Amino acid sequence: MGTPATAPRKNTVRLGDRVFSGLSKGSGIALLVIMAAIAVFLTIRAAIAIAHNEGNFLTTFQWDANASPPVFGIAVLLFGTVVSSVIAMTLAVPVAIGIALFISHYAPRRLAGIIGYVVDLLAAVPSIIYGLWGALFLVPHMTGLFDWLDRFFGWTGIFAYDGTPARSLMTVGILLAIMILPIITSVTREVFKQTPKAHEEAALALGATRWEVIRMTVLPFGRSGIISASMLGLGRALGETMAVATVLSPSFLINASLLESGGGTFAQNIASQFKEAGSMGRDALIASGLVLFVLTLLVNGAARLIIARRKEYSGSL
Amino acid sequence: MKLGAAAALVSSALLLTAACGSDDNSGLPGAVDFSADHIECAPSGSLLASGSSAQANAMEVWVNTYQANCDDSQINYKATGSGAGIQEFLQGRTAFAGSDSLLGDQELADSRAVCRDGGQAIHLPMAAGPIAIGYNLPGVDDLVLDAPTLALIFDSGITRWNDPAIAALNPGADLPDLPITAFHRSDGSGTTDNLTQYLHGSAPEQWPYEPNKNWTGKGGQAADGSSGLVGMVQQNAGAIAYFELSYAHQNGISTVAIDTGAPEPVAVSVENASSAIAAGEVVGTGGDLALELDYATREPGAYPIVLVTYEIICDKGNNPGTLDLTRAFLGYAAGEEGQGALAEIDYAPIPDGIIEQVRDRVAGMS
Repeated sequence: MGTPATAPRKNTVRLGDRVFSGLSKGSGIALLVIMAAIAVFLTIRAAIAIAHNEGNFLTTFQWDANASPPVFGIAVLLFGTVVSSVIAMTLAVPVAIGIALFISHYAPRRLAGIIGYVVDLLAAVPSIIYGLWGALFLVPHMTGLFDWLDRFFGWTGIFAYDGTPARSLMTVGILLAIMILPIITSVTREVFKQTPKAHEEAALALGATRWEVIRMTVLPFGRSGIISASMLGLGRALGETMAVATVLSPSFLINASLLESGGGTFAQNIASQFKEAGSMGRDALIASGLVLFVLTLLVNGAARLIIARRKEYSGSL
Repeated sequence: MKLGAAAALVSSALLLTAACGSDDNSGLPGAVDFSADHIECAPSGSLLASGSSAQANAMEVWVNTYQANCDDSQINYKATGSGAGIQEFLQGRTAFAGSDSLLGDQELADSRAVCRDGGQAIHLPMAAGPIAIGYNLPGVDDLVLDAPTLALIFDSGITRWNDPAIAALNPGADLPDLPITAFHRSDGSGTTDNLTQYLHGSAPEQWPYEPNKNWTGKGGQAADGSSGLVGMVQQNAGAIAYFELSYAHQNGISTVAIDTGAPEPVAVSVENASSAIAAGEVVGTGGDLALELDYATREPGAYPIVLVTYEIICDKGNNPGTLDLTRAFLGYAAGEEGQGALAEIDYAPIPDGIIEQVRDRVAGMS
């Protein structure tokens, strides 16, 4: 204040600056080291198991990792994980976009605040609660829907249903959709709110209706946000353990029908098999975990590619 | 019923969260008396053991009774599951392991690395759990099945309750025309291992699969843990599943009596399970007390579907620091008082001829 600067500013390095830059650099490096350590650990243990595997790791429909010789394969788990996540995404993303648009552009301000708060609350429910709700409420109440699907679409084979308790990949997919709905909704809502007012007003000035405003400005602007939000949701769906283990009736078979029980997911299988696993059994489970790890990396990488490509069209910064 | 199913599911889910065993952790029935007249205590110390969750309730009673009667003794048994317990034992981290299945050759060889004085691991049968076949069939209170029928039901060979094979075993019962939903464990389990040993041992034609901790039969549905199976049986009419006797008792589930070829069908009970073990024989050699049950026994009152749960110790001890306490604790558990406490909590005591050998082995650890 009023005193002239005595030393050139750029040469002053304060202690606080140093500490802070050191801390943030350290955090960044620590993250990389941790990721690398996880990858190395998974790979080493997985290599041990795969070297001893008498089955084909990718195509065997069996999980007998504790037997000697061990026989196991991830085909069923990969199929179940991907299918249940795809069902969840198909159901959740459109609904989540709808809720987010309602909150950001349609609802009266006060109502929007309340709904936004409730959606955030839903994201805080632990997955085991979803699992119990799924097993006790959702499963018995799916029978009607499944019968209906069977009657009209049973001929496709995908929706054939035999009337046994509805603990199938379809039920898991529906439950996962509910679980990932809040996270997709809250992220897309925040993105939609960022739409530049000038864009929207320009569209209005051209005589656009509200739907046209959303289609011309909000959705293109938010596209990369929708994709990132969906990937966050997909990450949760791929790795969900408890809810799946509580609801699904697993088996090492792939059913043509999504409505009949059976199948499994990586995370669910690890939770189920871990307790009675010997050392080879654990390594085999770790090998399956490695596949999930790689699958998640691939999905995230693909999402980043899409986002990078879309950026120029969306007008985001 | 609904509430019971909910409670069972909740407990199974919570156990899964804790990543610990869920074979038999449903808590002890009522108030259990932890007093004992006479326990030969070791000098104070602490002891770590882990393994089978099927013996968790028995361990809880033994540990509490021992600690209540012997000052400054700390015994910690973690019900991690047999597989994890054996791993910890073979790494030398625990004094003994609880297991529902026998060690493999490789594991036996590995045990020489942790056992002292050139000793190796041996199996001590310490308690037995009758495995009940529970079902939910409105209007049918008594159901008799034999091994071939049971094998076909669990292998989806018999799919309706009014099947002639079931009707032939139950003359006079009003069997409904209802589909059978057979439930099995989705997690690896000693209970599954023992049930399939019985099915393979007494009906090899109908159950050609080798006994396994993981389910190998065809069809049916799966659920996690015994409590998960209990929940499914309660929720679904026409369901049948298997779990430890204590689960059937605590949840009021009807159980199947087995037609073994004895004059009367044998109901599941602690006494009948003990009789079946007495009909078995020790097959272990060199001090090992591994048992082989006679699954085809026609002995009157012998219930053949039994899970024998072992303690795995080093025949000459593994760690001098915990040897005295291990000897005293297992000595009490195998003693008359330890075995006498089992029946109250739905475990079958080991018959006299075998438990006496167990006591000798425990006393011989040095």
